Amino acid sequence: MAEIIVVTSGKGGVGKTTTSAAIGSGLAIRGHKTVIIDFDVGLRNLDLIMGCERRVVYDFVNVLNQEANLNQALIKDKRNDNLYILPASQTRDKDALTLEGVQTVLNELAEKFEYIICDSPAGIEKGAQMALYYADQAIVVTNPEVSSVRDSDRILGILQSKSLRAETGAEPVKEHLLLTRYNPSRVEQGEMLSVEDVVEILAIPLVGVIPESEAVLKASNQGEPVIFDEAADAGQAYSDTVGRLLGEDVDFRFLEAGKKGFLKRLLGAK
Amino acid sequence: MSETSFQLKGSVVTTFILELYRYSREGFTQQLKDKISQAPEFFHQSPLVISLEKTSVDEGDIDFTELLGICRQLQLQPLAFKSVDESFAEAVKLTGLAIVSDSATSRSSARAVKIQKEAEVVGSAENAEPVDEEKPAYRKSKVIQRPVRSGQQVYAEGADLIILSQVSEGAEVLADGNIHVYGSLRGRALAGIKGDRHARVFCQKLEAELISVAGHFILSDSLDKALKGQAVQAYLDEQTLHVKPV
Repeated sequence: MAEIIVVTSGKGGVGKTTTSAAIGSGLAIRGHKTVIIDFDVGLRNLDLIMGCERRVVYDFVNVLNQEANLNQALIKDKRNDNLYILPASQTRDKDALTLEGVQTVLNELAEKFEYIICDSPAGIEKGAQMALYYADQAIVVTNPEVSSVRDSDRILGILQSKSLRAETGAEPVKEHLLLTRYNPSRVEQGEMLSVEDVVEILAIPLVGVIPESEAVLKASNQGEPVIFDEAADAGQAYSDTVGRLLGEDVDFRFLEAGKKGFLKRLLGAK
Repeated sequence: MSETSFQLKGSVVTTFILELYRYSREGFTQQLKDKISQAPEFFHQSPLVISLEKTSVDEGDIDFTELLGICRQLQLQPLAFKSVDESFAEAVKLTGLAIVSDSATSRSSARAVKIQKEAEVVGSAENAEPVDEEKPAYRKSKVIQRPVRSGQQVYAEGADLIILSQVSEGAEVLADGNIHVYGSLRGRALAGIKGDRHARVFCQKLEAELISVAGHFILSDSLDKALKGQAVQAYLDEQTLHVKPV
């Protein structure tokens, strides 16, 4: 039985697609057969982040409408044999999604894959609800600022009321908090909410803290998920997160501002 | 492929029932006004079903169109009539409003008759007091174990509301009785929304946006800063809502 994990946030631009790409890749690196589905129909981005935009022929909506079969639409990652991407359609909108159609595709994917990562669109409307409906677990991506935290709270409420698990009274969707764009020195200056603040407000277990990093933007533009950048702090933090998702006990890193070395201070470098 | 235009679903909707005993234009208007003034915000645009179960037939003809007009003027939204006796049927039909079926009501009245009969049996043996029909039924408190999230609304109808977790900013918890929050209260809490002035709000950690008892409310801006983060209760004394540490 495949585990369906939705990556969601309510708010846009907090790093859902970056996270989907990194977590999906991380699971594949660890040997798990993983597929990442882009639910953001009409605003297709995952293919860019994954660096496979030139290989998209058929998409999720084609499969839903039975215009193509799943094998034609799935794109195999060039870096890892365990990793596949199901891209969204760029020319359609969210109304192309139906619960029955999504279920058929998920069931078919569940036969081949261990993990199905659903990259949710922003918002709380149809697209986001479709992405989270069948989820077993949810990674709630949050930035350390008040509006993102409130939107995450809202999406947690929707997970509790409008998912299949909620509607059938099954065991609730397992919720994980992932804090992204975390900047410890700005937290120290009181410009950003701290990890403790966010955990207290949202009251769900923390699965990872991704530091604000130039490596993320670079990775996105190069179409190479940041987790493949083993030298980058953000890559390492995502790798830790994948470990925790798989039940490992990993210490949190990058929570404190690095002390500037003597030489750096002397040179006045940031 | 044609898109689905709608879906029919069975559903239970919460409305007020206005049980009409008798009708006179002035009396009805005044009493309804008084009722609404107890919690104006709560009644504003509330749906309403008018029950004629207890309306005395001797009243003669009632101008239902006028009655509906008064309700609407007072910002209520009459949806339908129920328990419509034959003698009123014609007049009610003229208003154009729906008549809802009465299965639930007839069941409950059948049960009431049964209880009455049992009481009579007991009564003859032990000379017990007759069943007091006006006595309010005991209702279980509503207990919520998980956080009430932003955008969610929880209402304990005719009962107390007990929340064993937090109430997030942007969430709303309402009860006809008391509200207890054993966690942070960051959203809105409205107790006694049907006008019970004795209802109270209790919380473990006060960070509320709004607290209200029987329509009297206080906003976070007006709350004493020293109370923030404290365990408090809010209660009504005359016309003033007090928030005090517990």
